[in-house]
Amino acid sequence: MNALVLGATQGIGQALARQLGARGDTLFLLGRDASALERSARDIEARCGRAPAGYAICDLSAPEGFATALDAAWRALGRVDVVIVTAGQFGTQEELENDRARLATMLQVNFSNTILFCEDARERLLAAGGGTLCVLSSVAGDRGRKPVVLYGSTKAGLSYYLEALDHAYRSRGLVTICVKPGFVKTGMTAALKPPPFAGEPESVARDIIRAIDRGTPLLYTPRAWALVMRIIRLLPRAVMRRIGF
Amino acid sequence: MDETPTETIHRAQRATIAGWGRIGRAGRLLESVDLNRDSPHAALFRGLGRSYGDSAVPARETDLIVATPRADRLLFFNRENGALRAEAGLSLKTLNELFLHQGWFVPVTPGTQFVTLGGMVASDVHGKNHHVAGTFGHYVRALIMRTADGRIVECGPEREPELFWATVGGMGLTGHILEVEFTMERIPSPWIRCESRRIEDLRAFVAALKEAAREWPFTVGWIDCLKQGPHMGRGILICGRWAQPDEAPPAPPRLRRMIRMPFDCPEFLLSRPLVRAFNSYLFYTHPRPIKRRLMDPIAFFYPLDAIAEWNRMYGRRGFTQYQCVLPDPGDASIIAPFFERLTRRGVGSFLSVIKDCGAEGRGLLSFPKPGISIALDIPVRDNTSALVAELNRHVIEHGGRIYLTKDQFTAAADFRAMEPRLDRWLAVRRKWDPEGRIRSAQSVRLFGDHP
Repeated sequence: MNALVLGATQGIGQALARQLGARGDTLFLLGRDASALERSARDIEARCGRAPAGYAICDLSAPEGFATALDAAWRALGRVDVVIVTAGQFGTQEELENDRARLATMLQVNFSNTILFCEDARERLLAAGGGTLCVLSSVAGDRGRKPVVLYGSTKAGLSYYLEALDHAYRSRGLVTICVKPGFVKTGMTAALKPPPFAGEPESVARDIIRAIDRGTPLLYTPRAWALVMRIIRLLPRAVMRRIGF
Repeated sequence: MDETPTETIHRAQRATIAGWGRIGRAGRLLESVDLNRDSPHAALFRGLGRSYGDSAVPARETDLIVATPRADRLLFFNRENGALRAEAGLSLKTLNELFLHQGWFVPVTPGTQFVTLGGMVASDVHGKNHHVAGTFGHYVRALIMRTADGRIVECGPEREPELFWATVGGMGLTGHILEVEFTMERIPSPWIRCESRRIEDLRAFVAALKEAAREWPFTVGWIDCLKQGPHMGRGILICGRWAQPDEAPPAPPRLRRMIRMPFDCPEFLLSRPLVRAFNSYLFYTHPRPIKRRLMDPIAFFYPLDAIAEWNRMYGRRGFTQYQCVLPDPGDASIIAPFFERLTRRGVGSFLSVIKDCGAEGRGLLSFPKPGISIALDIPVRDNTSALVAELNRHVIEHGGRIYLTKDQFTAAADFRAMEPRLDRWLAVRRKWDPEGRIRSAQSVRLFGDHP
């Protein structure tokens, strides 16, 4: 299949691109940094024996560039079967509370701009008869929790959008997949101590590819987080107010 | 836009950073995905942490240690001539997963595949084929480095050769290795033809290694280092070569699962009688005649990798590995007294390894030189420093040397006494890093860097 990956130069996006490339899928890479993109394209060519169809700069903090990047991808791939969005920003509660400018960017990148990107991709996919839109949200959006008041709120909004999108357009051939990773050891979380059930990007990517192949609309990965979050969602407010999780 | 030191440190986390021997120190650890961005303010790079001693351990609590394994892009691989370039964090495990079944293998592999390319250069690793192939550094064509002054420098055997040969085996102290280019080797099949047999004593072992070296590209011996008396130095000699396509099964070896060492082994399990029993068990369960078989190269080269976190076997206090190379006149006359000391002190090493080394490499601090190399694990006890000092005295007296990648207890004066090339290496290092910005706990201990 032909896949477009936003955030393909590191972490989960990189692992996804490598695994899709290894099984013969044709890729188009999107990312923020031209040199990282060029190196990731070479990485995929050297590992898989076949270069990606191309790459282009696309920065979630600059929505005015979305159309150009997607134009380039559609031109290079011809037909696009899957659009995968793994990019996003993270900040600890403390960092975001103390830095309004950073908070504003994070809110925009993770919520409004991700949705603007998805809307553009949705239109293009629907125009071609459908496809799959797979977006990384987070378990942080499942319940209002103290350590992720701000980050979690963007992911809560995003998860709602993705669910609704799936309901609205599946009948027209557009499958929307909302991925909720738990803690995954990537560059984004490098400054944090990994909790129990922390995942590796490679195994998370395997789960995501399976979800794409099967059209599973909601995926918790690593799996243990499905259970953890089910419990968290059931906890009474009085308990949530007391615990630090 | 370049980051300030504070911005880089901000992305790091406080951590206790230890070598494989599990004796750690506090520092700042940053798991980097972009070595270019993160290298300017790093005190040291670190790979997968398989160096046993303190060579990838911070010198100070405030030092930034950049871990490279997430920076693992393969930048090119030429399937005609085997030339390969990658970011320094690419692991040997990944290389094996990608290329072993396609008929390519690294020209030199250490005894674990949990090493990064950067680490293989910094330790100038050697393997079972050292007697014919030399060390890994011999196959490296180019390195991209971030030197202490912040520049990015490309070096190789022809370009900045002085920096290059100080970096090969230089424990990451001459600059941070960002990219490695080397030559992969063609293999006829993804299988190993292996022969192993019992050896009854030390003198026979040395003779058998020498003889096997003429015929086999891969040789190594496992040795029972608790056995005293006439059978001192008995063990199993293991030889191997790549199987030809007509000798190999049509299908490649199947992937193996790892088991995990579930807890820190209590110290009584390391008592001498139990370790002795374990070693005798290994010896006597090997059949008396020569055992010939086809092996999965992963099991042949990396037997201990099958147990994740096997370093917990030596208990909570951790352990050190002692590896030295001693010259050998052909009759084991220099290593025999070394073994007598060892067996007298009853060092409880589960597995000890003996290997004949070929010619010395060109890396200024590269470990191997002609002779016999011995590696054994020593669980840390109160007298570990004294024991290492005693073994070092023997090594110094006979013109041998120790392997920095394993070391945590050698005294600076002792290392200097066994390393005539040290001043040349220190001079190159001073030229590229006059202030000693790039440092490790080991460089403080052995090379006089500021603590």
